[in-house]
Amino acid sequence: MRCTRCGGRAVVELRRHNAAFCADCFQGVFRNQVARAIDEYEMFGPDDRILVAVSGGKDSLALWDVLLEGGYHAEGLYLGLGIGEYSDRSHDRTIAFAEQRGASLRTIDLASEQGFDIPLAGRKGARSSCAVCGLSKRYLFNRAALEGGYDVVATGHNLDDEAATLLGNTLRWNVEYIARQAPVLPAVEGLVRKVKPLHRLTELETAAYAFLRGIDYVVEECPLVAGNTQLRYKESMNAIEARSPGAKTQFFLGYLDRGMPIFRSAREEVTLSACARCGQPTPGTYCAFCRARAQILGEHLTPAPPAEDPRDVARELSEEVLPGEIYGVPAEAR
Amino acid sequence: MKVVLRNPDREVDIAGDRLVREVLIDLAIDPDTVLVIRAGELLTRHDRVGDADKVEVRPVISGGAV
Repeated sequence: MRCTRCGGRAVVELRRHNAAFCADCFQGVFRNQVARAIDEYEMFGPDDRILVAVSGGKDSLALWDVLLEGGYHAEGLYLGLGIGEYSDRSHDRTIAFAEQRGASLRTIDLASEQGFDIPLAGRKGARSSCAVCGLSKRYLFNRAALEGGYDVVATGHNLDDEAATLLGNTLRWNVEYIARQAPVLPAVEGLVRKVKPLHRLTELETAAYAFLRGIDYVVEECPLVAGNTQLRYKESMNAIEARSPGAKTQFFLGYLDRGMPIFRSAREEVTLSACARCGQPTPGTYCAFCRARAQILGEHLTPAPPAEDPRDVARELSEEVLPGEIYGVPAEAR
Repeated sequence: MKVVLRNPDREVDIAGDRLVREVLIDLAIDPDTVLVIRAGELLTRHDRVGDADKVEVRPVISGGAV
């Protein structure tokens, strides 16, 4: 198979584009797609300070690599989740990546800082471990970005992540959640701007890019993720894609182009105030993170919070957490 | 040929001297969900693998959001 651009030996076939590329041309295509995403949504500029949420996996390290190669001021933040050897290996890979590139990496250990890790959250809390993991990441990345004076938090969400989220919310017609799904979540008081520069690229493409760049990422899957709702939606999307190459792209990028403007009109404006415990913005008395943390640690918040309104929780969580995870549906029902 | 599969890591013996596409069909693997790697190089579905080859089939799906 020959490269569509230069005629050299192809190493990556992209059926959704009916094209194939050699190693060099593919990396060029990949970088162009990231640049297009950054430009189209005015994610950040060359002078902005970017905090990249890194996990040691292919997506976040590929993103960090592209941004560093592009000359951006991109620094990494790794969150230690306490998931045994999986977390240890993820951290080691992230440190090695940063050292090889002379990039700045900061690490936050969830257990040291907040008194719980993700396995404990899965056993003690009312939410699934995946939901608490996502909630903790968003909360701590945002806080670190605020404290560090960063302009933007960049995450490695790819096209498959976004299409799976959109599929899950569409199956339930969760109009408010759909309305919040976007490549850029703008800054509001207390919340740093959040961007997803890989949203035009599939998992296959981020994995191929990471491999071709020699990035030693963690291949193994998180041991807690089995049965995750998002994984099931990804598998469903892949089944459609196998028969109709490009369907995933048309579904998500078509939503951004033609669906998002319509759903935006369904978005409810909410008034945010400071969480009574930590000060981060929330529509309620306490933010979702502080409520989850108190549940896990068996602490009582004073004054006692009113009964949790799932709609308030949903507003605080970013769009990639699906409703079943937000509401803490028992594992056997998921 | 030997095929290294991941999550969990394991190795299987399978007939070689055919296209990657045919190997993946045998293993019931969607080619858009894996990287196929031989001796440090990526292969496409249309590349041929030999009986003496050792090939890694590496999944690309990640479940947890960053």
